[in-house]
Amino acid sequence: MIEKGWQTSERATRRLKKRYRRERRLKAAGILAIGLALGVLVLLLGSVISRGYPAFVKTEIALEITFDARLIDPSGSGEAKQLAKGKYGRALRQALFAKFPDVVERAERRNLTQLFSKAARFELREMILDQPDWIGTTQRVWLTAASDVDMLTKGSLPRDVPQAERRLNDQQLAWVDHFEAAGNLRTVFNGGFFTGSDSREPELAGIGGALAGSFWTLLITLVLAFPLGVAAAVYLQEFAPKNRLTDFIEVNINNLAAVPSIVFGLLGLAIFIQLFELPRSTAIVGGLTLMLMTLPTIIIATRAALAAVPPSIREAAHGVGASPVQVVSHHVLPLAMPGIMTGTIIGMARALGETAPLLMIGMVAFIVDIPSAPFDSATALPVQIFLWADSPERGFEEKMSAAIIVLLAFLIIMNALAVILRRRFETRW
Amino acid sequence: MPLPSKMEISGLDVFYGATRALYDVDMKVAEKRVSALIGPSGCGKSTFLRCLNRMNDIIEGCRVDGDVLLDGNDIYARDLDVVQLRARVGMVFQKPNPFPKSIYDNVAYGPRIHGLTNNAGELDEIVESSLRKAGLYDEVADRMSAPGTSLSGGQQQRLCIARAIAISPEVILMDEPCSALDPIATAKVEELIDELKEDFTIAIVTHNMQQAARVSQYTAFFHLGKLVEFGDTEAIFTNPEEKRTQDYITGRFG
Repeated sequence: MIEKGWQTSERATRRLKKRYRRERRLKAAGILAIGLALGVLVLLLGSVISRGYPAFVKTEIALEITFDARLIDPSGSGEAKQLAKGKYGRALRQALFAKFPDVVERAERRNLTQLFSKAARFELREMILDQPDWIGTTQRVWLTAASDVDMLTKGSLPRDVPQAERRLNDQQLAWVDHFEAAGNLRTVFNGGFFTGSDSREPELAGIGGALAGSFWTLLITLVLAFPLGVAAAVYLQEFAPKNRLTDFIEVNINNLAAVPSIVFGLLGLAIFIQLFELPRSTAIVGGLTLMLMTLPTIIIATRAALAAVPPSIREAAHGVGASPVQVVSHHVLPLAMPGIMTGTIIGMARALGETAPLLMIGMVAFIVDIPSAPFDSATALPVQIFLWADSPERGFEEKMSAAIIVLLAFLIIMNALAVILRRRFETRW
Repeated sequence: MPLPSKMEISGLDVFYGATRALYDVDMKVAEKRVSALIGPSGCGKSTFLRCLNRMNDIIEGCRVDGDVLLDGNDIYARDLDVVQLRARVGMVFQKPNPFPKSIYDNVAYGPRIHGLTNNAGELDEIVESSLRKAGLYDEVADRMSAPGTSLSGGQQQRLCIARAIAISPEVILMDEPCSALDPIATAKVEELIDELKEDFTIAIVTHNMQQAARVSQYTAFFHLGKLVEFGDTEAIFTNPEEKRTQDYITGRFG
């Protein structure tokens, strides 16, 4: 307890109390703001993850398939080329109708085969090409189920609504339950989601093509934007005279960084596709367009990093007779490198998530082949999300959320890398 | 002046944009002696020093008129290479500014870029002798690969001196080399300056009147951009000709 009279006066005490109250209010407002931001983040991640994680698994149905030589290999040659032409769809249907002999009507039979993915016969073909000695035998094999069955087992498709409002009718539900009761239904890790490319069938659609497209696009962007951006920044910061022209350039670089990305898309369309006649929908054009967008970010980050190198280091290097180029390349640039890397990674992360400019240059097409070079038609991860968000099928909803999870994971990794680099090398002088 | 002069400066004017920093300075820097430049803050003594190895070149908007001769050659001549000039006229700065590299690399950097040697053994010798001349070798011999920035302030400044003398300059310019150091480190650096004048011509800017009196043989007093008085240190401190000089060294202003 402090003695009375220790404080100067009654008024001073009151003033002090008021000051502390104000401090507490400010603190509370700050905590509230952070809490709100965190809450929104949790909401976003929670909704995306809860909707997207089922896409990492898929439903499979087991079936006893008889690989009849008359269907699979009518010529009896055993050559892979002949085996590839086999009637696997017939084999699948025969096995199904043998399992449910009381299903005879055409419509019912169609409903029955619709429980399986359209890719099931290709899966059978792969099995035979891998093990030709299966011809003439009967095997229990796991085949990918149709998207509706997949949705049903994951609980995304409600059972307790009238038949007319359901994607699967009562009979189909009974068949699925029959498979499940006999232990012929399972969910497994869906590797195809990461390696496959886009498809009209939700159960087959994967992000492999989009990942490859993003990879090529970002590679082009990085390879062009990093050296150009660093060189421009070094020249402007270290060598250029200060005059009207360089002031004008500086102002405009700052302006460019604030230009909406769709405008860069239009620019890319006009220059790279119409003027230079590069193939549209390709990673090369996407990379060039994103390069235009990333360049100002890298230039600004690099100039800030160069400006943060203490002038005493420059003086020291000049003082021992280093030439201006040596001062920059031996001392200033290495010291600025962590800052440059951080800026570049953040610029690349922004480019990775960019959608609008890619829409303008036609990277929004439905592309089934995985691009293997920058000149192949491609889409990018965020565009794939956009495409799936647009699709009416229920199965694409979880694919979209899963693609968002993958995109966010990449962004978090890139930003974490930037933070680590900054922490690691920040104060060395 | 009885001794041959290493550098001769005549009619030197310096402008920073529209501001004039030096007015018509004439001075001589005697060979293998220490010349001190004193004067109140902002009097132009550092500007003057930086003209002697053209460090003002890297300052935006700085203009230098007049003649600065090194061994009779104009260092502001059009065809003079400033890199070679700085190899002959080294510099030590106010704040110790070692490179964020190892102690060894700090000293070896100058000889490397000037191609003084291509031989690793010779380079080791240059580094060792430079550190010895700077009086630092015994303190750092067992940690040559430690970063230069891990040394104490006084050691860092001696490392900077070693870095300057590693390229065997003829002149060493020192811009308040002790202002960031404690008295013990200052004493060491002063002792070092006294030894270095055997081999090098030294010009030193200082705020410390006693330091000027202790280490220099010649003293120049600057005031408001003008060289007020220049002569033997003893004469300046005991019997100045100008009243302003007397007022300054007796502490009446500045």
